[in-house]
Amino acid sequence: MTNNLLTVKDLTMRFGGLLAVNGVDLEVKEKQIVSVIGPNGAGKTTVFNCVSGFYIPTAGSVEFRGKELRGKPGHLIAREGMVRTFQNVRLFKEMTVIENLLVAQHMHAEHNLLKGFFMTPGFRKNEQEMMDRAAHWLERVGLLEFANREAGNLAYGQQRRLEIARCMVTEPKLLMLDEPAAGLNPNETKALDELIVQLRDEQGISILLIEHDMGLVMGISDQIYVVNQGEPLAAGTPAEIQANPDVIKAYLGEE
Amino acid sequence: MSRVTSAFVAALITLVLGGFLLGMSLTSEGINLVVETSTTGKMTVLFVGVVLVFLLQLFREQVGSFTSKMRSDERMELPSFLRTSQQQRMWTMFVIAGLVLFPFISSRGAVDIATLTLIYVMLGLGLNVVVGLAGLLDLGYVGFYAVGAYSYALLNMYFGVSFWVALPIAGGLAALFGFLLGFPVLRLRGDYLAIVTLGFGEIIRILLNNWTELTGGPNGIARIPKPTFFGLEFNRRPSEEGATTFHDFFGIGYSSEYKVMFLYLMALVLVLITLYVIRRLIRMPIGRAWEALREDEIACRSLGLNPTTIKLGAFTIGASFAGFAGSFFAARQGFISPESFTFIESAIILAIVVLGGMGSQLGVILAAIAMTVLPELAREFDEYRMLLFGLMMVLMMIWRPQGLLPMKRPHLELKRD
Amino acid sequence: MSESIFYFLQQIANGLTIGSTYALIAIGYTMVYGIIGMINFAHGEVYMISTYVAFIALAGLSMMGIDNPFLLIAMALAVSILVASAYGFSIERVAYKPLRSSKRLIALISAIGMSIFLQNYIRLAQGSRDIAMPSMIQGGFLFGDPDGSHIMISYMQVIIMVTTVLCMIGLTLFISRSRMGRACRACAQDIGMTNLLGINSNNVIAVTFVIGAALAAVAGMLLGLYYGVVNPYIGFIAGLKAFTAAVLGGIGSIPGAMLGGLILGISESLTAGYLSAEYKDVVAFSLLVLILLFMPQGILGKPEVEKI
Repeated sequence: MTNNLLTVKDLTMRFGGLLAVNGVDLEVKEKQIVSVIGPNGAGKTTVFNCVSGFYIPTAGSVEFRGKELRGKPGHLIAREGMVRTFQNVRLFKEMTVIENLLVAQHMHAEHNLLKGFFMTPGFRKNEQEMMDRAAHWLERVGLLEFANREAGNLAYGQQRRLEIARCMVTEPKLLMLDEPAAGLNPNETKALDELIVQLRDEQGISILLIEHDMGLVMGISDQIYVVNQGEPLAAGTPAEIQANPDVIKAYLGEE
Repeated sequence: MSRVTSAFVAALITLVLGGFLLGMSLTSEGINLVVETSTTGKMTVLFVGVVLVFLLQLFREQVGSFTSKMRSDERMELPSFLRTSQQQRMWTMFVIAGLVLFPFISSRGAVDIATLTLIYVMLGLGLNVVVGLAGLLDLGYVGFYAVGAYSYALLNMYFGVSFWVALPIAGGLAALFGFLLGFPVLRLRGDYLAIVTLGFGEIIRILLNNWTELTGGPNGIARIPKPTFFGLEFNRRPSEEGATTFHDFFGIGYSSEYKVMFLYLMALVLVLITLYVIRRLIRMPIGRAWEALREDEIACRSLGLNPTTIKLGAFTIGASFAGFAGSFFAARQGFISPESFTFIESAIILAIVVLGGMGSQLGVILAAIAMTVLPELAREFDEYRMLLFGLMMVLMMIWRPQGLLPMKRPHLELKRD
Repeated sequence: MSESIFYFLQQIANGLTIGSTYALIAIGYTMVYGIIGMINFAHGEVYMISTYVAFIALAGLSMMGIDNPFLLIAMALAVSILVASAYGFSIERVAYKPLRSSKRLIALISAIGMSIFLQNYIRLAQGSRDIAMPSMIQGGFLFGDPDGSHIMISYMQVIIMVTTVLCMIGLTLFISRSRMGRACRACAQDIGMTNLLGINSNNVIAVTFVIGAALAAVAGMLLGLYYGVVNPYIGFIAGLKAFTAAVLGGIGSIPGAMLGGLILGISESLTAGYLSAEYKDVVAFSLLVLILLFMPQGILGKPEVEKI
């Protein structure tokens, strides 16, 4: 009925007696950057974990490209084209940068073991394609020169970019970033800003962003949702949000 | 507590630990149980143990600085003559040639031990896929070994299937068992998985022991025929009408050594195939996925990797190696019984993997050699073997969990022109 | 008709007897798991060792001229608890404490190594053959017709059940009332936080191991008297059974361990009574697999939430 990429309705998550998320709605359209903001502990990451299939929400629906995904396991949701990063970067630290990107393409990889044992031309071609795609994205995020280094040895900002590249090689429709600017310096944050906008404009994907740094969010978002203590507080364009007295009270007022 | 007091307390505890069990021994006298003081040998062990603990506690700092060196996280690099792939290939050829020539220049007994060692190498390599590469602790690996062995023995007993036909079937059946067991249990967390596999191994053994009509129960299955060389038997006389023996065909005199040599060479071929397959697996998408899964399962899921199928791959492949090894074992021994497939056997194979360094092929090979050849060289050692294995597993985990010979995994490199 | 009911009741009584001892051993697994999240694989060996110590003490004391069976048993039990506690404490210090920050599998392999080591240490020290103990407490209560259908509950069975109940009451009081018990519960919730509050978690962990070992020693004593034999290999199976009981009841939960032990004991004795004694181990293991698959949190445990 809508041309929404992702529609989340009435999402509710309860841990034992604790109501972590209560009745949150989200809409992400094609080629949009949408942000979820809120003070620490507002339940943003829980929303993310529910949408990406790491938690099974207590109630509500998660519809992605016309399919109901609530309760599906995380890896199936990723295969639908919804891929996420983590608040505290989760790279394969002992693997090299390029290997991180190859693992991410596992769903495109050749799975026939016999072809692998005998290194058939098809197998080699497939490996080469994955290699090329990985190299392409390393170049995009400016990490090509570190391709053969262990991921754990990269600087923090580089690790964040690698995590985004690792998502992008899976060719997602929706990229979900969990506080991507956390721990970055202002220059890095600015570069990240540009990268996110580029991903939308050049790759034509949508981005769902969690951030509590308002500065980053206001400049690039098409739509913003504010969550406070697990409850939806407001939704609108950056300008609307900035003018919303509730938001200012609950969120900006605190800082 | 001062250091002397704490050393004293530690020594006292050691005395409590050992005093009753080493210092006294139980014997039955008629229907009564009596207790006697032990032999001087055991008393000496007890005394030495108490003194040792006292001294270790007293000089704890010095000991600590020594052990922390061992704990270093360094991984072994290959020696300089093995750096390039060309050199590696050359040396590999050299070693293989040596192994092929080995049975022709050494005694029958040595060849026999070498064959046994090769079986353990194969089991170690197979379990290493599961434990070392995929990071899944499988304590019931011997169950798959038993499936392989009994597959050949039973197929031969009931249907007269020959070894060469049974070998792939045994591997396939073991893999099927691995798949069927793994499918439900691989969702479990690591330590639960370990216990479930242990239970599975025990169930297999109990079934083999009690299903007497099919398996012969504790008496096992005897007279399992040896493999043939393209249909040629290694017996003195053909086993049935129309069969030909090896020595008749080549017109040479009969010698039981041919059989031993043949078995050794076969085991060698099986090991080499195993090595090649594992070498390829590591460089394939599934091998990378194993490593990724070991590092961070949540990240894997977020990228669309299905942890269960990837683990299942490792489990099934590992099981199939055990199946191959099992059917070869049955053929070599000519006799199998549930006795050969106890938990201790699983523990030995695990000890090989742990000592060699989880994930390191070379390490596992060397560990398997050490574990099988040492008890043969020193018979007295045999009695203390399991004691030392157990001790070694604890010490290895504390000091060098990466194993004595951890290897850097070959990293895939991005080559740029 | 009535005969079959008596037979059934007899199996239940036997099951409750064995189940109580499983529960005693299972406490050790469940408490350790609750606090440091590892499977103390060597726990079954502590049980085995304590049976040996109990036998040695019983034989030694009776050779010294003590012939009152209750005094004999009480003294032997004290010795056995002392030695088992020393084992529990030392195992933790030697094999687990250095690995607290390691991955779970590393600690588990160390535990398996410890188990193999202890089993073989006893094998070398005491021989691998069965050692038999003449039964000390004979007779029992008979319900029904002595010549026809009846159930027989031996004094030994009564002692086992009563002792288990007493131990459980004692443990529950300790956990809920004492300072140390509170510290144990706090550590089970959040060990890092407990440390911040100034509770020495090393002591709490050591106490946990000692309690587990002491209860295993009680079980070792009771089962030793009940079966009258010991060999170095009894710890392995008993340990697995007790672990099954702990998982069945919900690992980390003390009432769960009690419940799990009783359920396992009854299902085993029913299998032995109606199917075949050989398959009772298969039933235990299958039960373990099924529970882990379909309700990994057990009957009384809490489901774990994955931290992302």
